[in-house]
Amino acid sequence: MAWKEICPLADIPKLGSRVVRTSTKEIGVFRTETDGVFAINNLCPHKKGPLSQGIVFGETVQCPLHNWRISLVSGKAEEPDEGETTCYPTKIENGIVFLEVE
Amino acid sequence: MQKMKLVVIGNGMAGMRVVEELLKISPDLYDITVFGDEPYPNYNRIMLSPVLANEQTIDDIILNTREWYAENNITLHTNARVNKIDRVKRVAIAEDGTTAEYDRLLIATGSKPFMPPIPGKDLEGVLGYRDIKDTNDMIEAAKKYKHAVVIGGGLLGLEAANGLKIQGMDVTVIHRNEWLLEKQLDKAAGLMLQKSLEAKGLKFHLNTNTDTIIGNADGRVSAIRFKEGFEIPADLVVLTVGILPNYALAESAGIHCDKGIVVNDTMQTFDPRVYAVGECVNHRGISYGLVAPLFEMAKVCATHLANFGIGSYKGSVTSTKLKVTGIDLFSAGDFTGGDDTEEIVLHDAVGGVYKKLVIRDDKIIGGVLYGDTADGAWYFQMLRDGKPIHEIRDHLMFGQDSLGNTGHQGQDKAAAMTDEMEVCGCNGVCKGTIVKSIQADGLFTLDDVKKKTKAGSSCGSCTGLVEQILASTLGGGYAPPSTAKSICACTDHNHEEVREEVRKHKYLTIPDAMKGMEWKTPNGCATCRPALNYYLISTWPHEATDDPQSRFINERVHANIQKDGTYSVIPRMYGGVTNPDQLRKIADVADKYKVPMVKLTGGQRIDLLGVKKEDLTNMWADLDMPSGYAYGKSIRTVKTCVGSEFCRFGTQNSTQLGIDIEKAFDHMWAPHKVKFAVSACPRNCAESGIKDVGIIGVDSGWELYVGGNGGIKTEAGQFLCKVKTAEEVLEYSGAFIQIYREEARYLDRTVHWIERVGLEYVKQRVLEDAEGRKAAHERLLYALQGAVDPWAERVAKRDEHKEFETIEI
Ligand code: SRM
Ligand SMILES: Cc1cc2nc3c(=O)[nH]c(=O)nc-3n(C[C@H](O)[C@H](O)[C@H](O)COP(=O)(O)OP(=O)(O)OC[C@H]3O[C@@H](n4cnc5c(N)ncnc54)[C@H](O)[C@@H]3O)c2cc1C
Ligand code: SF4
Ligand code: FES
Repeated sequence: MAWKEICPLADIPKLGSRVVRTSTKEIGVFRTETDGVFAINNLCPHKKGPLSQGIVFGETVQCPLHNWRISLVSGKAEEPDEGETTCYPTKIENGIVFLEVE
Repeated sequence: MQKMKLVVIGNGMAGMRVVEELLKISPDLYDITVFGDEPYPNYNRIMLSPVLANEQTIDDIILNTREWYAENNITLHTNARVNKIDRVKRVAIAEDGTTAEYDRLLIATGSKPFMPPIPGKDLEGVLGYRDIKDTNDMIEAAKKYKHAVVIGGGLLGLEAANGLKIQGMDVTVIHRNEWLLEKQLDKAAGLMLQKSLEAKGLKFHLNTNTDTIIGNADGRVSAIRFKEGFEIPADLVVLTVGILPNYALAESAGIHCDKGIVVNDTMQTFDPRVYAVGECVNHRGISYGLVAPLFEMAKVCATHLANFGIGSYKGSVTSTKLKVTGIDLFSAGDFTGGDDTEEIVLHDAVGGVYKKLVIRDDKIIGGVLYGDTADGAWYFQMLRDGKPIHEIRDHLMFGQDSLGNTGHQGQDKAAAMTDEMEVCGCNGVCKGTIVKSIQADGLFTLDDVKKKTKAGSSCGSCTGLVEQILASTLGGGYAPPSTAKSICACTDHNHEEVREEVRKHKYLTIPDAMKGMEWKTPNGCATCRPALNYYLISTWPHEATDDPQSRFINERVHANIQKDGTYSVIPRMYGGVTNPDQLRKIADVADKYKVPMVKLTGGQRIDLLGVKKEDLTNMWADLDMPSGYAYGKSIRTVKTCVGSEFCRFGTQNSTQLGIDIEKAFDHMWAPHKVKFAVSACPRNCAESGIKDVGIIGVDSGWELYVGGNGGIKTEAGQFLCKVKTAEEVLEYSGAFIQIYREEARYLDRTVHWIERVGLEYVKQRVLEDAEGRKAAHERLLYALQGAVDPWAERVAKRDEHKEFETIEI
């Protein structure tokens, strides 16, 4: 695992996201209203919808395909849906967002 | 900080509903202690009848288990009857000595069966019907004895009688009045009901009054004598002649009572620290005996306990159903009427169907349905909403027919469906799953069902069916929500209130609006934010901030997301007309970006499907055609037919008018998508009959139809007016659409809006008020002034639209 530089915080819109692509996968990097930055696998546990494209509120994103609500903190789907997607650690240093991936 | 202390007296349906609502909105405010004098955690009292009828068990009907109380840090004292409230020291004291101090107290002690002063009422074997103990006693008695007599032919009495019959007893119902359920039914329906129950083996004595309950040597009931002079054997007597609000405790604590604990519209008693809800209260002179009003009270009470200071309870109109399997009965409101009312009655004695609606001033004020209650929820909703009915009066009796929706053909009655039949086609949910969840998870509302089972949570076309299933499973416990409900759980405001506030306070941004209207969540949710964003920009065009993050992805990136995360691109072809140049460009682009499918849409244009997000901007640049807005709550297509230029029947130039309309209203956002069509003769090849605005050319001008819809539920447009010129078509249709844009709820298509306000209203605004029409049309043109094509804008300002770029690491 290693920290990778992603982009300035300002390049992620509040209540929005950016898509980060590694050699093996896509990760959605989200920014909340209060500047929390969360990274989760860009695949909805339901039918692999691109979570990065959903509407963000609080610390939740709503999948654009069939409206499952996924916690940005735990990667878990909100009741009654069941499923989970992977979360990745993030940090902000001097206004730059970093992501820890292998 | 130390938490405040909330003590709840009464572990029943109303009290615990308040606690549930409170935990939802303000989970950490209180340390909660609950006293209940029954030995059980909170259970679903209304399901005691199905338990008695062997349809469910006690375990099935527990609403909140002891674990639930523990998980939510609620101290629960069962078997603990509170017999003293010390309002000076602010402490509740139970018979067993347990005490609890409070900052706020909630009294929810329910009611007690009324035991009339008949000689012999204290004999063994004489019961009321209220709780698990009574139910178990009846089941036990049925094992040993033969003759049951139920005194009182109301809802509770009939459900008890039906249950005892199923338990194997010989059951007679004694009723004072001329017919059964006289509070819920008129005579005709009452007699039909009696007949069906007699067919199930129940016996009835009407117009009969009890004189004495006679006991045997062991002190157990053995017979009943009536004032009318005869006697019948009885080993079990169930008294169901009424209930009495249980307010003795409150009264002994000096809280003002008058046949119930007197509360104001915030559910507060005369002591501001003490609240009361449920059957024990007297609200504006009424004590309710059904759960739906109690739940409304609970909701209001919770917001005040949470210190939000919002919400007031104004009283309820109730409806009832009898929970006896095989008998369909529904009644609501005032069904006897008076001099100033009219009645519509349908009576088919052979088919066993009786329907009566009572109407005053063009509104339904009450009704009785027997034998076919499929439309009960629909009528009840119109009753609660006070909806004018003259436009649908001719069809009223034949029902909503709402279940003829596409994809639900032939399923026209929830009750007639088997458990395996699919209710929700989108999420594959069967009737059995829904019924089970309603019972096991204690669901009461459409929202609950959506949340728990997903049924009705997608396209929504099955919500009518789900509501019927709720109604038939819950009996009177189900009240269809008034359509004026709040936008979502983030706010208590409904759509109309939000619009009004946005106008009044001139909110221009979402954060300001949410702050001003005391939104309950920090930044709303995916339901309220898009609605709010639309209300801002439609109310304050050119001034309000349009927030991309509050728009659904399709509108954020101006393309329609596909199941695999790619997008579709549909350029405008005004009026469905194209040319070789455009077609060549489209073909080139399709080649260059390896578009997996090129398809003609149902809207007379071409769809390029399966485009990667990163390619969108380049593709738009190459296409150099305007966006077709096929992804937006916006103007979509204006379909046309070839018209007078080529067609031998064409009376008008429909193609040109279509192009003109599509150009005039291009870029227009709306509560939902808006579709037009223009045909040049009544053969109607452009399908003008099922469009939001359908226009049909005739020799002498143009006919305008509004509120058509070809989607989930097909609706033919209604005739609005006939005009002479194309300019008038633009003005009239523009005014119509603008008023819809300003007044409809977000996600209402025109048909839903017209359904609510009535076509008369639309006619008054668009036809009769010429000034108003012109002004509305002007407002639309003003809102559209200077609008730019979103694709061209993104091509020109690539740097500002980083959302289309992927970060590679
Ligand atoms: C592309 C098209 C089907 C086709 O291949 O022909 C289409 C495709 C979609 N329709 Fe449609 N509709 C298309 C014509 C229609 C028509 C026919 C028409 O317009 O004459 C109707 C019935 C007429 C009507 O709207 O009254 C229609 C009624 C719907 C509905 C139901 C609307 C309703 O109020 O009941 C939805 C669902 C919704 O909007 O909530 C929907 C939603 C959709 C969505 C956008 C579903 C979605 O949210 O992703 C589909 C996008 C598919 C995709 O992956 O890109 N589509 N859709 C048509 C595009 C027309 C265009 O050129 O813009
Ligand atoms: C068999 C049956 C069928 C019904 N069917 C329907 C139906 O189909 N539809 C419908 O809408 N309604 C129905 N009802 C009515 C519905 O159950 C009541 O309206 C509802 O339960 C009232 O809620 P509540 O909280 O006010 O009272 P309850 O649910 O009665 O709760 C009050 C609780 O407080 C406890 N309590 C009282 N005093 C004290 C004290 N001093 N200390 C501690 N605890 C105390 C009581 O023991 C009780 O548990 C039915 C009722 C019965 C009995
Ligand atoms: S294109 Fe329309 S009808 Fe076809 S699956 Fe999608 S939404 Fe349903
Ligand atoms: S793929 Fe996310 S909700 Fe279906």
